Amino acid sequence: MIDIASQLAHIVGERFVSNNPEEAFFYARDPGLMPAHKPDYVVVPKTASEIQEILRLASRERIPVVPMGAGMSLTGLVIPLRGGIVIDMKRMNRILEVNEKARYVIVEGGTSHGALKAYLDKHCPRLRHSIPDSPATATVAANVMIHGQGRLTQQYGFNSDMVSGLEVVLPSGEICTIGSCALSPYWFSKGAPLPDLTGLFLGWFGATGIITKVALKLYPRKKMRDVEIFVTDRDDLVPDMVYELTHTEMVEDINIFAQPMPMIFKDNHHITLFITGDTDEELEFKRKMVWNCLDGFIKSKDGGFMSVPPVMKPTLLDMPQRSVSRFADVKKGGGFEYSGPIIPVETYPACTRKVMELGSKYDLAYSAMARVIGRNHAMMFGFAFTFNRADPQMMERTRKALEEGGEFALAAGGVFWKPTIDEQRLALEKMDATTRDLMKMIKENLDPLGIMNPGNWEVV
Amino acid sequence: MKYEDIVHRCFRCGYCKFTGDYIDFNCPSYRKFFFESYSPGGRMWLIRAWLNDEIKNSDRFQEILFSCATCANCMEHCVFTFSDDLVNVFLAAREEMVNQGIIPPAVRDYLKNINISGNPYKEPADERGKWAEGTSVETYDGQDYLLYIGCVGSYDERAKKIARAVGDLLAHAGISFGILGDRETCDGNEVRALGEMGLFQFLAEQNISLFKDLGIQRIITMDPHAFNAFKKDYPGLGGTFEAYHYTQILAPVVASSKIPLKDYRAKVTFHDPCYLGRHNGEYEAPRKILHAIPGLEVIEMDQSKENAFCCGGGGGNFFTDILGGGDESPNRIRVRQAHSTGANIVAVACPQCAKMLDDAIKLEELDDKLEVLDVAEIVMRALDQPT
Amino acid sequence: MYTLQFDINHCKTCPTGDCLVKCQFMSLDKTEAIKEMIKIAEGKDSPVLHDCVTCYGCEEYCKRGNHPFYLITEQRQAKGILTAPRAITRQWINIGEPRGKARLGQVKGKVLSFGFMPELLQLVRGRLFEDVMPSYVFGQEFFCNVVYIHFSNTSIIKERLPQVLENFRKLGVKEVVCMHDECYGAFASLAPAYGMEVPFRPIHYFEYLYGRLHDLAKELRPLRIKAAYQRPCSSRLSHDTHHFVRDILSIIGVELVERAYQDENALCCGDILGMNYGYELKNDVQSRNLDDMAEHDAEYCVFNCSACQNVLATKVAKRGIKPIHMIDLCKMAIGEKPSMEVS
Repeated sequence: MIDIASQLAHIVGERFVSNNPEEAFFYARDPGLMPAHKPDYVVVPKTASEIQEILRLASRERIPVVPMGAGMSLTGLVIPLRGGIVIDMKRMNRILEVNEKARYVIVEGGTSHGALKAYLDKHCPRLRHSIPDSPATATVAANVMIHGQGRLTQQYGFNSDMVSGLEVVLPSGEICTIGSCALSPYWFSKGAPLPDLTGLFLGWFGATGIITKVALKLYPRKKMRDVEIFVTDRDDLVPDMVYELTHTEMVEDINIFAQPMPMIFKDNHHITLFITGDTDEELEFKRKMVWNCLDGFIKSKDGGFMSVPPVMKPTLLDMPQRSVSRFADVKKGGGFEYSGPIIPVETYPACTRKVMELGSKYDLAYSAMARVIGRNHAMMFGFAFTFNRADPQMMERTRKALEEGGEFALAAGGVFWKPTIDEQRLALEKMDATTRDLMKMIKENLDPLGIMNPGNWEVV
Repeated sequence: MKYEDIVHRCFRCGYCKFTGDYIDFNCPSYRKFFFESYSPGGRMWLIRAWLNDEIKNSDRFQEILFSCATCANCMEHCVFTFSDDLVNVFLAAREEMVNQGIIPPAVRDYLKNINISGNPYKEPADERGKWAEGTSVETYDGQDYLLYIGCVGSYDERAKKIARAVGDLLAHAGISFGILGDRETCDGNEVRALGEMGLFQFLAEQNISLFKDLGIQRIITMDPHAFNAFKKDYPGLGGTFEAYHYTQILAPVVASSKIPLKDYRAKVTFHDPCYLGRHNGEYEAPRKILHAIPGLEVIEMDQSKENAFCCGGGGGNFFTDILGGGDESPNRIRVRQAHSTGANIVAVACPQCAKMLDDAIKLEELDDKLEVLDVAEIVMRALDQPT
Repeated sequence: MYTLQFDINHCKTCPTGDCLVKCQFMSLDKTEAIKEMIKIAEGKDSPVLHDCVTCYGCEEYCKRGNHPFYLITEQRQAKGILTAPRAITRQWINIGEPRGKARLGQVKGKVLSFGFMPELLQLVRGRLFEDVMPSYVFGQEFFCNVVYIHFSNTSIIKERLPQVLENFRKLGVKEVVCMHDECYGAFASLAPAYGMEVPFRPIHYFEYLYGRLHDLAKELRPLRIKAAYQRPCSSRLSHDTHHFVRDILSIIGVELVERAYQDENALCCGDILGMNYGYELKNDVQSRNLDDMAEHDAEYCVFNCSACQNVLATKVAKRGIKPIHMIDLCKMAIGEKPSMEVS
């Protein structure tokens, strides 16, 4: 029997391998509610070639491997369900190239959204990327791997739609480039005009390979941003309101929330919309367009633009929005999780009523939080609950509420986003059988030994 | 354990690891070890696991806890309402470990030396005031201020030079002050940071009693660590003195041109000491002094003020070296950051930072490109007339 | 139950119809004005109930002791005619709900009331307030609730205002310096109009400031600036105190530019107009108002109400005019720093 720890140390250096109980404890869980399972080893590599070596070792020894970014999915996607090696990617955090004119950036697989934002703030003031509201530690690679969304999602779709190239280490240890970069020095397209092979990796949670480089499309950054909040007491009109707003093509991002606390938010649905401009005139023109597109609702008294106090604006304009994380401790319990299915916008009223029902049924502080994806093409709807980490019963109630919320959305025509292992099973069961077989074929061909984040997207 | 009621409230979102603008990871131990367990969130979760008996007090656990430099970056950037108590939680855990007697040998040795010698260097007390020999610095005898030097400035060769610069400069500025010399004992800031609360209390009470007997009301410290103890922790033990860091006394003097300064051409970047900056909110006094020197160009590092990257010496690590070693040790990272600004001097306002960065410059082989100088030493170079 | 004391005979014998003739948002001649107001008083429908944008102006225009705007509000609520979107009204009612979290200073016989405007807390530093501070009250428990007349809802006022008066009575205060003139309006105008007993003497903070500036006369340094004054809607309820604007500005050496939209012709900040009626009305009012300030070369825009200041500060600054609260302006005149940044 070979000493795996020594082998790993040989690859990444002794300091960056651990089989200690402390790391095993921490990396066995994420901030969410999924049951813990300890890894046997945690490694923190620096290069793609080290990852290749790790995967060759893992293949030889048939050890499970779980790549991890910041571990912020909350749904347990990086919990090593069968032990093995957790690869913490965050030491691979270089920003490799910005192509200013073609508006894309290439980053290493562990680069965080925060660091990319800071880099662009400093070096590329006319460019921006789609920043998610997950904490700034969330990595670009993991975020596109789970089809995350961000500030530009209403305009350009899922963050994974903004990928323009990948470098992936395959389970065999081979490394390959995906997209235009497979045959060109430019990373401008993830697929077209070739077959789009990113689908073999994005959304697979590392079950088919490990992303070591991501090219991400960048977008024009206007000099000014502002925020407006349209409030309504008619959940049934929210889809129509969002339809009007998206029709203007004037809005950066549209988020919707409804929650009982603090009092200013009680009883209403809040459509938060962000606008941008390079000049006062541009910004004001957009403001006028978005206000006026909802004028009919103001006249019928079904909604209106609230006065956003100056003290509230920095919180709302913050990117990423730190207040989202703060929700975890509003009840002084440090816990927060949401089931965030992607739903048709027309099901917003039903979902929002469901989250309120669940909040009351399970006696939990809740928030309904949604982000419009594309021009009303869909929305992420969060059944969000805060819980007390020191209260096991409350954690159990939260687990049940999340499960019910997710299943409700599935029945209503939604699709789980970053599903838990149980939700993945449900999704596979409900899925077109041929599609399921296709997924199985892909997984078995890419990862014949079944060592890559095992448990995830496994067709039994 | 003290603060036990908040350990479960960490969401481990990781804002604590970053600077406020996310330009880099700013937790020194995380930056070095790169395991989540060495980040503030990791510590919170592991302390909870330890209290719940899910992990044991191991060598690794001790390294995780004692490699925290108590630099307060986490307190600055954590998004939660308990952020002010993050370092307190870590110190409370250290206190528990000290009470159980299961601590790293380097920590044990440090505490033992303080206990026996009143300083970590095992040097006799009557050597304490030796740094002042040959200067115009007087012994305290009712002057306006006590100048408190601390263990590092009293015994460490590099730091003694800074002590002399601070002493000479204050005298030159006409400040009425005196030192305690061999009557000075350890302020206890690092003792407290290493979790030995009983010894800290003993040292503090001893100092408070001495200061009171001597009628001392105002204290100037050379070391921000002592400044922190006097300002934040002594009042709770009955020692209410006006405490100042020496830069706070000198800034108005230098800025008002009371001390004539000549042209001193140099590119300087200032490294904020954590116990002056983040812990006590003083970012401007040292900068005011530097800006007042004619010809001096001050360049800021990306990570400065609230976002300053710690030299790695805080929280007792200056003495225990648990966080040191390797090319990713905080002092070496910091020196590289300073070098990348194009500065030829990295200015400090803390003898521990001075020594930490001095060491790193040698290891980085930047001796001929970058020099570490305390703000007081830079002013001395710019003095029109030598003291 | 509290009922509005309104004498229809005053309208029937009114020689001017000023309440609606002077309205800046409707166009009625004297005959129509009197006719419509009588209809409203008789409980009939009127276009006025649908067109009024809640500027409060008619409360000032009527010089015959009636309360036309309170009446309009009463009748709108009775008929279910909404001014604001329901969600907006709900939001404001929720914000103002007493939560048992009022903050009290060291309350004495004379007390400053911040109502429920947190911005005011930072304004009251320095010598101008050393006479009274730290005697103050802040929180929903002391919030006058008058704002709901913008939302055609007087029942919530009738429900909450008596409790607010009771809260003051329990404190045993004799004089309340109202730091927002809507608060003063509540105690000096609205409560009496509904027959509510006010157990203390309300003092408008303008009056208080004027007195303090006299006390500190030796410290006064004329500011020698030209300023426009942004008169808030709430000032219409306390129009008896409006003269203090000129009185104060003249003793601190501030020249009030004589512009179109001031005194009775003042235009409001537009915030409520936007919430209730949308972009065009808000933008029209704000643009005319700010253009007027700029055209008259105002260097400063002096605010009475911090809510107006929140809404307009950036906009006036973009036109090169410095926004400043009246209190901060007075502080500058005695050599103190303003509490809020003057951009």
